[in-house]
Amino acid sequence: MNVVINGTPEDISERTLAELCQRYEAEPTTIATAVNGDFINVNDRAALSLQEGDKIEILSPRQGG
Amino acid sequence: MTDRALNFYGTELGSRLLLGSALYPSPSSLAGAVRESGAEVITLSLRRESSGDGGAQEFWEYIKSLNIRLLPNTAGCRTAKEAITTAQMARELFGTKWVKVEVIANDDTLQPDLFGLVEATSELSDQGFQVFPYTTEDLGAAERLLSAGAEVLMPWGAPIGTGRGLMNPYALRSMRSYFPNVPLVVDAGIGAPSHAAAAMEMGYDAVLLNTAVAKAGDPPAMARAFRLAIEAGRTAYEALLMEERDMASPSTPVAGTPFFDFEKL
Repeated sequence: MNVVINGTPEDISERTLAELCQRYEAEPTTIATAVNGDFINVNDRAALSLQEGDKIEILSPRQGG
Repeated sequence: MTDRALNFYGTELGSRLLLGSALYPSPSSLAGAVRESGAEVITLSLRRESSGDGGAQEFWEYIKSLNIRLLPNTAGCRTAKEAITTAQMARELFGTKWVKVEVIANDDTLQPDLFGLVEATSELSDQGFQVFPYTTEDLGAAERLLSAGAEVLMPWGAPIGTGRGLMNPYALRSMRSYFPNVPLVVDAGIGAPSHAAAAMEMGYDAVLLNTAVAKAGDPPAMARAFRLAIEAGRTAYEALLMEERDMASPSTPVAGTPFFDFEKL
């Protein structure tokens, strides 16, 4: 399934957002997610089935002004 | 208005300096700057996670260890929708209802998109956020932001990162006078401690800055300089500054001046 993760197109095998998030070794609470511009709560990731063409944002804390 | 503690959404703060966490040459310089600034609020952001990059985790662990209030921003957002989604992500990650909402209108000036800002502020306030809008001195926009639920306003001093100080002091004074009871923070454009002192002397409640400290030759020392300048400016404001005059007025008493009558002799 082709999706876009943080701006980069990728062919993935994961079926849900929760499965995809397992790639990130950081603890689950140190990333926040959005799909197609909408925020996805950490508790809703398992139920969110990814679709062809989805645009996924996976963000983490950074420096900011 | 004088002698009033700083209060954002019911939270009292002792320090009137809000410090950004970006652009420091090293983690230790950031740590030193936070310590020397006395800041009780630090701003931070959310950015794309790159797998295997431990930098984000390290930064986050450090920030948590500071045990001070976090003010996440929506830097880089160009629409209300982007800012709203980013704020929602920040609330989950940082566990705070506070959010500094930035909706940027122009790449060269990084000036706020006031229309998108009002829209985002309204929606986020409805969702229970406590919004700190990064705005301009525009009084109309300010009224809209307050109606939308904001209880703090953060007008720019100058475009972000320019260090040019208070470019429109007349408008900033007008804003202060027009909203005597709204916490006002000069956010962005501060370059030198004297700029921060000037904002405080005008009666601004606090100053938010980042680049002026992070890009200084010695960030911790500059953070201390800003802390002192902000304390000086606030103290001066509370002490009530003298009124300006057009003509000179001797400070030494005229009566009793010796040799005053020589020409009459």
